[in-house]
Amino acid sequence: MSLLTAAVRRRGAGALAWHLGALAVLAVVLYPVVWTIGASFKPSADIIGAPELFPGDPVTDNYTRLTEGIADIPISTFFMNSAYIAVGSVIGVVLSCSLTAYAFAKVRFAGRNAMFAVMIGTLLLPYHVLIIPQYVLFQKLELINTFTPLLIGKYLATDAFFVFLMVQFMRGLPRELDEAARLDGCGHLRIYWSIVMPLCRPALITSAIFTFINAWNDFMGPLLYLNEPDNYTVSMGLKMFIDQDAVADYGGMIAMSLVALLPVLAFFTAFQRYLIDGMATSGLKG
Amino acid sequence: MTHIQTSPGVSPPAGDRSVNKRNGPTGQAPPAGTTRPGRRENLAGYLFMSPWIAGFLFLIAGPMVFSLYLSFTEYNLFDAPRWIGLRNFTDMFADPRWRQSVKVTSWYVLIGTPVKLAAALAVAMLLAQKRWGQSFYRAAFYAPSLIGASVSAAIVWRALFSDGAVVDRTQKLFGVETGGWIGDPEMIIYALIALTVWQFGAPMVIFLAGLKQVPRELYEAAEVDGAGPWRRFFHITLPMISPVLFFNVLLETIHSFQIFGSAYILSNATCGPADATLVYTCYLYEQGFVNSRMGFASAMGWLLLVAVGLVTAVLFWSQKRWVHYEEGGR
Repeated sequence: MSLLTAAVRRRGAGALAWHLGALAVLAVVLYPVVWTIGASFKPSADIIGAPELFPGDPVTDNYTRLTEGIADIPISTFFMNSAYIAVGSVIGVVLSCSLTAYAFAKVRFAGRNAMFAVMIGTLLLPYHVLIIPQYVLFQKLELINTFTPLLIGKYLATDAFFVFLMVQFMRGLPRELDEAARLDGCGHLRIYWSIVMPLCRPALITSAIFTFINAWNDFMGPLLYLNEPDNYTVSMGLKMFIDQDAVADYGGMIAMSLVALLPVLAFFTAFQRYLIDGMATSGLKG
Repeated sequence: MTHIQTSPGVSPPAGDRSVNKRNGPTGQAPPAGTTRPGRRENLAGYLFMSPWIAGFLFLIAGPMVFSLYLSFTEYNLFDAPRWIGLRNFTDMFADPRWRQSVKVTSWYVLIGTPVKLAAALAVAMLLAQKRWGQSFYRAAFYAPSLIGASVSAAIVWRALFSDGAVVDRTQKLFGVETGGWIGDPEMIIYALIALTVWQFGAPMVIFLAGLKQVPRELYEAAEVDGAGPWRRFFHITLPMISPVLFFNVLLETIHSFQIFGSAYILSNATCGPADATLVYTCYLYEQGFVNSRMGFASAMGWLLLVAVGLVTAVLFWSQKRWVHYEEGGR
């Protein structure tokens, strides 16, 4: 009896130590996020020097200042542009990458293996070898300062990582399903749309969320291709904030930074299961 | 329903498909679904692939060829490219700022990647123990990875690491006086590395998935044999997760070479005091888009490609020595 309780107590102590350790590491990791939330309610002058994490006397000026916009542009403009690009990217990636993945996973066509190798190769290709010629191309096509250069690649399945993720997933689906559908006289388009796509929902959702978040956070693309403030995304709006303030309005900047992260954090809390599982499988089957 | 390539309406029932136009086995009926009429299957494949094929030709292969050409020219986007042979490359090696960018990037990759992976592995091992609330911890540790690459994170980092801010004050508690890392050419690179290490979530999740596949019996057997925690780590854990370790090393190294946004914003679009965060891509951007030296920037892009290719090749070559796949494993 006492031996049993001792064992239980020892296990309880181990669990407690584990949780304390994990929470201590977590505190360090999440400190910047918590600090940002606290700082966004501090008066601008106190943000750098104030020792406390949360202000004793919270103020909301930093947020009210945001309603005035940045350099006469309401911040809703930046949000609308980012949302347009992010949602447009999601639609493009889900459609084009799944079509490509279907061909790799389910259609036996000549040259499939060679193309698959090339596709995997593009996964390792540094984007920076392409930016100059792509810029020249879009400049000749007079597409600078439009959203097209930021979106077109998404509709042409150039995000090899998502194609790869979907291929892996589709290969895992039972063969019997599409064989049965073929016996019933279904063509590829029908099998793709009515059988494979619904079953691939986890892979599609993972790709969609990653795409949304990457597009939302993207900085280099908008920096290269957008040069009218009316077309700026949230990232570029934040950059303007830095540019226009010689003295650095830290309060406004921190508040805006936090607001800019909200869609990402919202998406993450809603879908983190899919995201994390998707990430985990990408490494395992590689 | 629109019928494209393999419209079911016109194809004969599966059983009648014994005589194939080209490569099907004649004589006996092929098992349905495994052997299809080759031409129709090819057509279907290429139609499904057409977005990728177009994207590959117009956005990847074509631009690569074009940038290779540009790298031997002087080109400012307005006048026609002028062929100058290898001058961009010789100029590059003679350029102290280019050498600085190589130095900064190498330092960033060499310090940042191992530290990030070590942090990822350490936290993954902590989370690999079955405990209550595990999915909460997993999500919370992953969160910084999502926001780390954003402009917001870089702005917060500036605030945390500037003179008189949190990091500076904490150092003073230990009697170290540096006066903020952001303005210090010696230290700002470590602020950038810290920002990278902070985003250890993605490799952590991959490590975690790998750790879960290590059979528990191995540890039990080792414990019976009297192996301590370090021996168990080096002789069981590391070899067993070496495939995911390889995957993480490869991916993180390649990504590190390409860092741009956080270095650019952290240094307030200046690439750092005394070029201290002049990472390779920052210099490429500056040369190409600020100084309009498109040829020079293309040459830089190609050298980056060669460098990444070499590192990838070395990693793949080295994996024979340290990566144990299940079949040949211990």
